[in-house]
Amino acid sequence: MAHTLDRSPAESGIPAAAPAARPGRRFRQTAGRQHHAGPLTYVLLVVAAFVSLFPLYWNLVAASHSGERVVEAPAPLLPGNRLLDNLSFAWNQVDMGEALINTTIVASLVALSTVLFSTLAGFAFAKLPFRGRGMLLSLVVATMTIPPQLSVIPLYQIITDLGWFDQLQSVVLPSLVAAFGVFFMRQFLVEALPMELVEAARMDGAHSLRIIWHVVFPVARPAMAVLGMLVFVQAWNDFFWPFIALTPDGNPTLQVALAGLGAGNHTVDHAVVLTGALISTVPLLLVFAFLGKHIVGGITAGAVKS
Amino acid sequence: MATSVRARPDGSPPPAAPPSSPGPRGRRRSPGGWRSTLYRWDLKAIPYVFIAPFFLTFAAFGLFPLIYTGWLSLNRVELGGDPTWKGLENYTDLATSEFFWNALFNTFTIGVIATVPQLLMALGLAHLLNYKLRGRGFFRVAILAPYATSIAAATLVFAQLFNTDYGMINGVLGWVGFDPVNWESSKWPAQIAISVIVTWRWTGYNALIYLAAMQAVPQDLYEAASLDGASRWRQFISVTIPSIKPTIFFTIIVSTIGATQLFGEPMLFGGSVGISGGSGNQFQTLSLLMYEKGWVTGALGQASAIAWVMLLLLLLVGGVQALVSRHNRKKLGG
Repeated sequence: MAHTLDRSPAESGIPAAAPAARPGRRFRQTAGRQHHAGPLTYVLLVVAAFVSLFPLYWNLVAASHSGERVVEAPAPLLPGNRLLDNLSFAWNQVDMGEALINTTIVASLVALSTVLFSTLAGFAFAKLPFRGRGMLLSLVVATMTIPPQLSVIPLYQIITDLGWFDQLQSVVLPSLVAAFGVFFMRQFLVEALPMELVEAARMDGAHSLRIIWHVVFPVARPAMAVLGMLVFVQAWNDFFWPFIALTPDGNPTLQVALAGLGAGNHTVDHAVVLTGALISTVPLLLVFAFLGKHIVGGITAGAVKS
Repeated sequence: MATSVRARPDGSPPPAAPPSSPGPRGRRRSPGGWRSTLYRWDLKAIPYVFIAPFFLTFAAFGLFPLIYTGWLSLNRVELGGDPTWKGLENYTDLATSEFFWNALFNTFTIGVIATVPQLLMALGLAHLLNYKLRGRGFFRVAILAPYATSIAAATLVFAQLFNTDYGMINGVLGWVGFDPVNWESSKWPAQIAISVIVTWRWTGYNALIYLAAMQAVPQDLYEAASLDGASRWRQFISVTIPSIKPTIFFTIIVSTIGATQLFGEPMLFGGSVGISGGSGNQFQTLSLLMYEKGWVTGALGQASAIAWVMLLLLLLVGGVQALVSRHNRKKLGG
């Protein structure tokens, strides 16, 4: 977990694997990493990296050839020269551009609101005494296990009644705050926010909103950033509910538009379908390339401490 | 997981509960009565205000639909029509439906093929990443790249690679001397192909979770094991694995929940016959069957019953997990 206080990870019980909030800070040499890697380790890791990255590379290759070439054996291994043509076709003819804008709107709204509400709830669960706190926190965790399949049928009826079918609010509203986010922020604030800070502000007669603004937000900022990224990725890639609530020809997110292409709703060739896949993946890959270290930290902190 | 909120992989005690705040008594009561009243009210009510957004959202979009789905499952409902009470008929219909058993079985087999190798490989990868390495940052981000890829994008790419006639995977198999495999229309190859997509997307993610847990294992355990003459393999089996058991449990549960809900991968892998899970339903999962019942056939009561069966399955898994972890705690005398 990103960590800004002057406590060693070991002391606070935070796995030292989690990277620091400040970019460029080195990992601590910690337990378990007791031996230097031998050549076999490198060979296996290179294979794992290759298997992870090759499908993404091949996606780029396929998107740069003509539709005819993509379905010819042997499959192409090197990029062709049709990428720009395919991009402009996907952008204009099958509205991937509009889908990209829709997805950006949805993912940004969901990330912002989830971070805000999760921080408030996480702070209450971490630092404020109130009746039923433990029970309610267990309830929050329990809701994480409920599959979305259990709510989509009534949700579909609700959004149809409200006239929201194929409107973006139908995918934004149910995701305004997530149990995972509440739990994540609570775990962070329990250790990162010294009670003395809250007490001192209370002594000064600060009311809760001031405390949130001047005490909680500054301390929680690194965790808020990590949570924001994780939720953004999830919302960007969300499939099941958007597929039910939106249509490929109406107001789709990228995933719904891709499902439409894959199911052959449009008579487009496979190169264009894979160009669509590329448009969906590249923005997130860029986020990972620049901020991957923090995302790794967020993923591990959320899981290891549960 | 509700049962393991307090358990920590490194075996350290859970963080102490924060001391309850002394409340407004820390401050002299101000003569301005309304201010202190407001202040006291602020202190009492504000926690509920802060947690309200989550619980309101959950009530509206989680709990109410959940209960309503349960009620719908006891009715016959056509898409856009009024419900008529049928009691448990939807459930008894499911029990005699070969499509339901087929979907249940497919969900189970794909779940196993997609989860077991995935977690074992993740464990191995985490162990490798735990050595002192050059380029550690690169390897971490590289194996996490599939996690950034959406279900739809990953499935569309793999559907091309697995294409029976021109796909690269059959190309490589032919080059090594095997006959081309019918990845879409034969049952087991199709289920394996779908499992490969799931495994590709999640192995790196789980490996990083294991890695974080491994790095929290105290160094002196390894030193003690070395002094006792334990080989590296022995240390991995006797020190690493037991130390990260809670994390392994966590990933098993999360992967199981995910596998129970498989929808996008089989649907998009099947292309035009995706909703039915292939031309012979050979990879139709419970989620796909539910979608088909609800949105293709328009039988919402049937679809709701399938959704509730999925919840019962998960509760069953959660119950088993709770029993196993309690049993483990007993064994440790903790």
